[in-house]
Amino acid sequence: MLLEIKNLHASINGTEILKGINLSVNSGEVHAIMGPNGSGKSTLASVLAGREDYEVTSGEVLYNGKNLLELSPEDRAREGVFLAFQYPVEIPGVSNTNLLKTAVNEIRKYKGEEELDSMDFLLLLKEKSKLVELDQKFLSRAVNEGFSGGEKKRNEIFQMAVLNPMLAILDETDSGLDIDALRIVANGVNKLKTKDNATIVVTHYQRLLDYIIPDFVHVLYKGKIVKSGTKELAFELEEKGYDWVKSDNAESVV
Amino acid sequence: MQNKIDIKNYYLTQFDEFEKSLNGEKSSDFHKVREEAIGKFAELTFPTQKDEEWKYTNISPILKHNFSPLSFKGNVSSEIISKFLFDEMEHSLLVFVNGVYDRLFSKLIDIPEGVEIGSLAEAISANHPVIEKHFGKYAGTEKNYFTSLSTAFTSDGAIVYVPDSKIVDEPVHIIFYTTTANEKILTQPRNLFVAGKNSKVSIIEHYVSDEENIYFTNTVTEFVVGENAIVDHIKLQEESVKAFHIARMEVAQQRSSNFSSHLISHGAAISRNDFNAEFKDESSECMLNGLFMINGEQLFDAHTMIDHAKTHCSSHEHYKGILQDKSKGVFNGKVMVRQDAQKTNAFQQNNTILLSDDAVMNTKPQLEIFADDVKCSHGATIGKLNDEAKFYLKSRGIGEESATAILLHAFASDVITSIKIPALRNYLEEIITKRFNQ
Repeated sequence: MLLEIKNLHASINGTEILKGINLSVNSGEVHAIMGPNGSGKSTLASVLAGREDYEVTSGEVLYNGKNLLELSPEDRAREGVFLAFQYPVEIPGVSNTNLLKTAVNEIRKYKGEEELDSMDFLLLLKEKSKLVELDQKFLSRAVNEGFSGGEKKRNEIFQMAVLNPMLAILDETDSGLDIDALRIVANGVNKLKTKDNATIVVTHYQRLLDYIIPDFVHVLYKGKIVKSGTKELAFELEEKGYDWVKSDNAESVV
Repeated sequence: MQNKIDIKNYYLTQFDEFEKSLNGEKSSDFHKVREEAIGKFAELTFPTQKDEEWKYTNISPILKHNFSPLSFKGNVSSEIISKFLFDEMEHSLLVFVNGVYDRLFSKLIDIPEGVEIGSLAEAISANHPVIEKHFGKYAGTEKNYFTSLSTAFTSDGAIVYVPDSKIVDEPVHIIFYTTTANEKILTQPRNLFVAGKNSKVSIIEHYVSDEENIYFTNTVTEFVVGENAIVDHIKLQEESVKAFHIARMEVAQQRSSNFSSHLISHGAAISRNDFNAEFKDESSECMLNGLFMINGEQLFDAHTMIDHAKTHCSSHEHYKGILQDKSKGVFNGKVMVRQDAQKTNAFQQNNTILLSDDAVMNTKPQLEIFADDVKCSHGATIGKLNDEAKFYLKSRGIGEESATAILLHAFASDVITSIKIPALRNYLEEIITKRFNQ
C-alpha cells in the first residue's frame, strides 16, 4: 500500500478541522476527494505535504511503510510526495529553471544518485514542457511571476512532470481554470499516470473528473470521509449537490 | 580607551611628522589646502551618537586605537590581486597598496587619447589643472571631521580624467588593498573623477584586504559628471572584518547627465558611507543602488543625499540589506527638492531582510519637498523571508539552506541585475552564494 491514513486528526489555531480521516491508496490508483467548502479538503492536502500551520493531534500516516508525519516537507518531497498548490506562490528573482534544477538535484542527491549537468537537465525540461504545452520562454521567467491562473496551474503540473513523484496530491487544481486550460492540465496528469504512482485529486467540482477519471471517489464533510464509491459517486454528487451529503450526515455532526 | 582630545592631539602631532616627510612640497600651493584642512580639523570633534547624523551609528570603537596616518609600506602579489579580479575581464587596473599607487601591478588598456588615469600624487606634483579646478570643491571640510582629516593628510589616490567627448569603453577597476602586518594604520585614499561633456566611463572602486586585521580606511571621492556624460560607478567594500571604513562621495552633475552608482558592501566591522549627489543643472538622472550583507556584529550605515536643485531631474534610490546574527544596519536617505525644481521625479526604496531576532535595522527616509509639480515617493520594508515561498521550495525537495540561499539571491537580484558589467555581476553572485550556502 502506497499511502495509509489512519484516524487522522488535525487542527489549526486550536480549531479541529480533520476529525478522523481514514484512507488507503495503492500504486496505480487515482482517488478523488470531494466536498463542500470548509470540509477540510485543502487541510488534508496541506497536512500530507507538511505545512507547519497545521497540528496533527492524533492518528498516523504511513507512506511506503514510513511514518510520513515525522518527515520534514523537503524529505517528503524527496521521498516522492508532490503537492500541486491551490494558490501557487510567485517568487520574483528565482527562475523556473533554477527552481527545478535545484530541486531535481537535491532529490537525486538524497537518493544517492548523480546530479544532472546543465545540458542533460535542459533536455529533461524541454521534453517535459511539451507535456503541458508550456512555452520554452516560461522557463527563464521567475516562478509564477505574472502568470495567469491557468499558467500557474500548468506550471504545477509541469513541475510534477519534471520531479516525477510517486504520490501526487492535486489541491483544487481545477479552480479558476477555463475549459481549455482544464483540458491541458488533465491531459498532463493523465500522461504522467503509471502503475507505480498514485494521484489524489482534491476538487470541489465534478467537472475535472470528466477528464481525470478516478478509481475511487471520497466525499469529505466536516473533517471526515462520509461516503466512498467509484466514479459514479461523482455524478450522483453533481446531480444531487452537496446538500444531499449534508442532510444524510446531519446526525453525525459531533 | 583613548579619549577624543588625545586622539585629536595625536593626529595634530602626526600632521607635523607628515609635513616633514613632504620636503619641498611643503611650500607648494597645494599644501595650503592641507594646512587649511588641519586647521578645520582642530576645531572639530569626533562624532558621537548625540550628533543627528550619527544617531544610530556608534563609531567609538575607532577611538580605541591610534591609527597612524603616515605611509606604511606594504607588499602585494599577482596572486593576491587575482582574488579580487572579475573573471577574464580585460580592463584597466589601478592598484593601490595602503593608499599608495603601485605602478608595477597597475595596467592601462585601450585608453583613448587625452584620457588620464593614474595617481593623484603624481597629478598634484605635476600641478595638473584638474586639481586646481576641482579638488576639494565638492567635499568640503566645513563641519566634517573625517573629510578635514582626509584633506589634511592628502597624499595619494586615484585620478580619472576624461576630456570632452571621449569614451572609455572598458571599465576602470581600481583596487585599494590594505596589508598591515598587525600595525594599526590609517589609509586615506583620495579620489578625483572628472568626466567631461558627452563622455562615457565606468569606474569600479574596490576596497579589499585578505587579512583579518584592524585598520582604518578614511576615503573621500569627488565626482564631476559633465553635460551629457554617462558615468557608471560601482563601489565594492570587501575590507577585513575587523576594519573600520568611513567613506564620502560627492557627485556634481551637469545638465542632461546620467550617473549611476552601486554600492556592494559586506566587509568591515564598521562601514559608514555618505553618498551625496547634486543636480547642478536640468534634465539629469541619478541612480544610487546598494546591497549590504552583514553578519556577526558588523555595522553598516548608508547616509545618502540627493539634491534636486534644478528642474526635470530624476533620481532613483534602492538600498537592500541582508542582516544576520547581531549585525546592525542604518539607512538615512535624504532627498531635497528645491523650490524651483519642478517636474522632479524622485523614487526611494529601502528593503531589509533580518535573518535573526538580534539583527537591527534603522531606516529613515527624509524627503524635503519645496516644489509643487513633482513626483516623489519613498518606501521601506523590514522583515524576514517569505514563509510561503520557502514552503513552496521545500515542497519541491529543496532543503532549508538552499531555499534560504535561493530566496536571498532573489532578494539581492534586482540590485545586481542593474549593474551593467556581466563579469562583475558574476563576481557578486559568487559572493552571495558563498555567504549564504554554508
